[in-house]
Formats: sequence, C-alpha cells, structure tokens
Amino acid sequence: MYPAKHVVIIGATSAIAEHCARLWAAGQPVSMTLVGRNASRLQAIAADLKVRTPTSQIDILTVDFASPAAIHDLAENLFAQTAVDLVLIAHGTLPIQQQCQDDLQEAENALYINGISPALFAEAFAGRMQAQGFGQIGLIGSVAGDRGRKSNYTYGAAKGLVTRFAQGLQHRLAGSGVQVSLIKPGPTDTPMTSEFKAKGTKMASVEEVAAGIVNGMRAGRDVIYVPGKWKIIMMVIRHLPAFIFNRMDI
Amino acid sequence: MKLSSWGQLSHAEHRVMLLDGLAPGQDFLASAKPGIAYGMGRSYGDVCLNPGGTVWQTGRMDRFMHFDPASGRVRCQAGVLLREIQQTMLPHGWMLAVSPGTQIVTVGGAIANDVHGKNHHRYGSFGHHVREFTLLRSSGEQLACQPGDPLFAATIGGLGLTGLILDATLQLKPVYGPWLETETLAYDSLDAFFQLSADSETDWEHTVSWIDCLAGEGRGIFMRGNPAPAGVVGTMPARRSRRMPLTPPVSLVNGLSLRPFNWLYYHLKRARAGHQVEHYLPFNYPLDNLLEWNRMYGPRGFYQYQSVVPPQHGLAATRAMLEAIAASGQGSFLAVLKTFGGMQSVGMLSFARPGVTLALDFPAGGERLQKLFARLDAIVREAGGAIYCGKDARMPQDLFVSGYPRLAEFLKFRDPGISSALSRRLMGS
Repeated sequence: MYPAKHVVIIGATSAIAEHCARLWAAGQPVSMTLVGRNASRLQAIAADLKVRTPTSQIDILTVDFASPAAIHDLAENLFAQTAVDLVLIAHGTLPIQQQCQDDLQEAENALYINGISPALFAEAFAGRMQAQGFGQIGLIGSVAGDRGRKSNYTYGAAKGLVTRFAQGLQHRLAGSGVQVSLIKPGPTDTPMTSEFKAKGTKMASVEEVAAGIVNGMRAGRDVIYVPGKWKIIMMVIRHLPAFIFNRMDI
Repeated sequence: MKLSSWGQLSHAEHRVMLLDGLAPGQDFLASAKPGIAYGMGRSYGDVCLNPGGTVWQTGRMDRFMHFDPASGRVRCQAGVLLREIQQTMLPHGWMLAVSPGTQIVTVGGAIANDVHGKNHHRYGSFGHHVREFTLLRSSGEQLACQPGDPLFAATIGGLGLTGLILDATLQLKPVYGPWLETETLAYDSLDAFFQLSADSETDWEHTVSWIDCLAGEGRGIFMRGNPAPAGVVGTMPARRSRRMPLTPPVSLVNGLSLRPFNWLYYHLKRARAGHQVEHYLPFNYPLDNLLEWNRMYGPRGFYQYQSVVPPQHGLAATRAMLEAIAASGQGSFLAVLKTFGGMQSVGMLSFARPGVTLALDFPAGGERLQKLFARLDAIVREAGGAIYCGKDARMPQDLFVSGYPRLAEFLKFRDPGISSALSRRLMGS
C-alpha cells in the first residue's frame, strides 16, 4: 500500500492533518485531495505542499461537514474518478465544556462535528474501499474518548462515538483488505488548544504527533496513541474505580 | 505563560497569541496591544519580549507560498524556518544567500534583526536578499513593501516595531550542492588575524574565526570556505542531534572551566588544521546539533555581547576589548571575531556595517560583569561602534543612540500598536 498513491484528508486545515500531509508528500510524489470548509485556507495549505513536493498533484475540495448528503456526494465523486488509497479523517473542534453545559445548541454542535460527522465520513469511505478491495482509514479520536471526565465530557463523548465506530468498522472489514486505524492524540500544541496551553497544560508538538500518526498508519496499527505514553496513562485512567476517579480533579 | 529568549535572563509572564497563518490578520488585530512578534525566541536579549503584555507567536505561520525554481525566488509566510528553506530548496540547486549561525530562526526574525553570516563581505546581510514583504500595521492596513520604499528600509532590521511581517519574497543563491571546500588555520596574534581576513576576502566566500579571549595576544582559529564545485563530495555528517538534558545549577562556563576549554579547543582545532570538504550543516551551524545548548550557562542565563567597530579602529579597539576581558578573567568560550565587508546595509537600524565584529558570551553575573561591560562599552563608544540589538539585554541608551545614526528617521515608521521590552528600554516606548 505504501507509498500511498492517492491520499484524501478530511479537515485538512487542522494543524495535525497539515503536518501529516507534509510527511506523506515528503520524498515521493503523491496525489492528495485536501477537504475542508474554507477554500482560501485550503489553498494556502495546497500552495505550501506544492512548493515542498512540486511533482505531486494537490487538489482541494470544500464540503459541509454537517451534511450527510454532501458527505455522500463527496465520496461518490472521489471514487468515481480514481481509487483512494488512504483517507485521514481529522476535522473537529475543541469546545469549552461549560458552554456545552449552558447552551444545548453548543453541545449539539460539538457532538456533531466531533462525533457524528467523522463517523459519517468513515462510513462513506469504508464501503467504497471495501468495494475496491483495498484502502486505509485513519480516524482521529482522542484520549478524551477513553473515559468521560467533567472537564470535557461533551467532546469526550463525541470522540467515544468515534472509538466505537472505528471498532465496529475494524470488525466488519477484517480480512477485506481495508485497514482502519483509530488515532488517539493526547493534548497537542495546535491553534485548537492554544487556550489550554496558556493555562499551562503540557503538550506534545504537532510535528511529533503527526510523525506518530504517519508511522503508526504505515505499520497498519489498529489503535495509535500519540505520543505513545498515553496508552499507559489511559489504561490506568480507564481502570480506576469510580469511587477514586470521581474524587479526582481532572 | 512564562516566556524567555535565548539568553534565559528573564522568565516573565506573557499573553501568547498563536497566529496560524491562515487568518493571521484577524488574530493580530483583535489582540490586546501593544505586543511584539515572537518567532523561535532565538534572539538573546529582550528584543522579542514584552513582559506582562502580548506576544504574537509566528511559528505556525510556516507555509511556503510560491517557489520559482528557474529564478530561485521563494515567497513564504514569516514563520517559516531558515532550515525549512535550506532543506526544501537545496534539491533544486538553491540555498539562502545569507544565513546566521543557526538555521532554527524564522524568516520574520531574520528580517527584523537583519541577520548576517560568515559571507558578509560577499553577500551583505539578510535584508539584501529580500525582494518584497507584506507588512500588517495595527491600523489594519496591509502593505506590500519593496526595496526603495522607506517602510522597507525601516522594517529591515526594524526589530519588529514597524508592523507584523506576514510573508516575504527572498532571492536565493544558486549552489551545486551542500558541500563547501574549507580551510582551517591557526593564528597567534591579532595582526595575523587581520592579515588572514584581508587575504581571504577576495578568494573566500565565508570567513569567520574563533578567538581565545583569555590569551591576551590574540590566539585563535580562522575558518574559511567556498561552495564546492560540481562533483566535489565529502562525507555526510552524522544526523543525530543531542540535547542539553538539563539546566545545571551553576554555569558550566566559569573561571575554572574556561582556560582548559579554550586551550583544548585551540589545540584540537590546530591539530586538524588544513583543507577539507565539509557539509554546510556543521560548517554553518556547528551548534544546531546540540539542542538547548544555552542551558549550559545555568539557571541565571547569559549575555551575549556583540559589537562592531569601524575598520580604522578595528585592530586597536579589538585589542583593547580582549585585554579588558583577559584582565577581568571573565571570559567567553564562544568568542567570534569577524570582519564585515564594505556593503552598506539596507535597514535604518541594521547592525552589520563595514568594520570588525566581536561576539562574546558571558554567564550572567554581578557587579564585576557590569564593570566589564561598562569598560567594553567605553571602547566601542570611543571607536564609533555599535552593539547588536538582537543580542542585547543591557546596553546604555546613549550607546544605542550613537551607534544607530538613522534612529530619528526610523522612529517615524514605528507602529503605535507594537512595543517590546527593548523598545521601551532604548526608545522610551
């Protein structure tokens, strides 16, 4: 499967996705389709990739992440043109928990953009990859999806949905030639988290996280914690009994 | 969050705004002012700091915008690292015409400090190779500035005070590859250094020297290099980089360590003197492989003192400064001595100018160090020289005013929404 010939990135303006794109484009020419909401932002990223890898083909597409019909059409059109070897589904926002509690519209938006929308993209690509008999899906979940916590359970619940969805796809697609990687980044130093960094949360660099994702997908791993230490941390967190966990201020 | 610069002299609270380069104008205009742009924090003193205020972090404005492999012109956002340009353009046969001693700095920072390298006598400073940049003023005005515009000359070397640099177009220099033909020579007096410099300027693109500032007579190592012609290939340097793992409780550079350090360095280098084919990475950026080397100066940090004095006073002033340092016994391991060529810099506040530049690191200290600085300042002042703002955290205001004769002209172009610790210290606002 490597080097991947046609890579599609959903949410390509996210910092993690952009750095994955740079790594996939480094060295060998690829064909890459960048999908996002804002054309001018996508163009800036495409222009950068074109300079880094002049022989690659970089296309951009805009889509409404909240429209099942638009997601369907996007996948339909992409596969009608050419096979897709790899799709990274990376879009999302980091909502402020208190706002989700105070405003149900905010909560719905957060659940949709971080949970339902990525699941619909995965569904749209899974069936078509199954039909072509090969492909790889990278779904960005989060360590926040491993256990609900008071500081971000709306976001965590959405990412938990992504986790179960990825598990189901892995079960369904076992032996089909299509591989699904569930990616769980820890706190990463990106524009999305800059509010939290200001409060002193220690974060991994986006370069390190992107390298972990690209290497993990290259190795075909089903679950990729980046950085790797989060695998152990979250194993402990998941197994803490409720009477201890519920007293912790995390 | 707490923010510092390379000298680690202060760790004050700052409000950090991360500009992502996709809508940098909006973030910049919406933020609390005044602030100052902060790239990689590789300047040594307070030029990039604004304690208690805002900094606009530009590291994520790291996209290339256009590259023409035929002409060697690249347009990129201001947060792109010089390292990215070198790595990305080298396969096309182009490299930066001017690069400082580290490539882990942003294009915006290189413009704001109008940095120079080992090839000043041939290629001038960074600003000579900037063809255009986009400047965002805090009024919201976006301006495309080109050589010849007064705002261009104010912004090159303008310490980030004329607006936020969004992107820049640079003219690169054609190269055959990453290799340099170099020669290392030992010298044992300042006269010999000046002779070597004069002899090397016509035939060598790069010249630089390390000087043992504790050996009063001016003992040192002179390095010179030229881009290797096609077909000349050396051995690839090891790619592994090391990190200074922790900040030691006291500076590792001190009165006990310095003499043996310098003695050993001089004799090791002298033993290996001669011709070599070297990769540009170890030749240009010898310290970039030791990440966070600034930690070796301990928790109190360090000062870098970089001066320039006009050519006619070069020998006398340099000798006086070295004698003052040797007499004080507080020396510097990384002491760099170099002659600048005759090219006039582009910027109103550019540091590089015809003459001799000496750069020295000193672990932060008390009264004795301040006395030494005062003595060095007096020598620079008397010679009609200047101190490099990008390295400075302490120069007296009168030395700044006398060292930068175009200051009054510059001040007219300042952006009222921008201020740094350095600008308040030296310009009053």
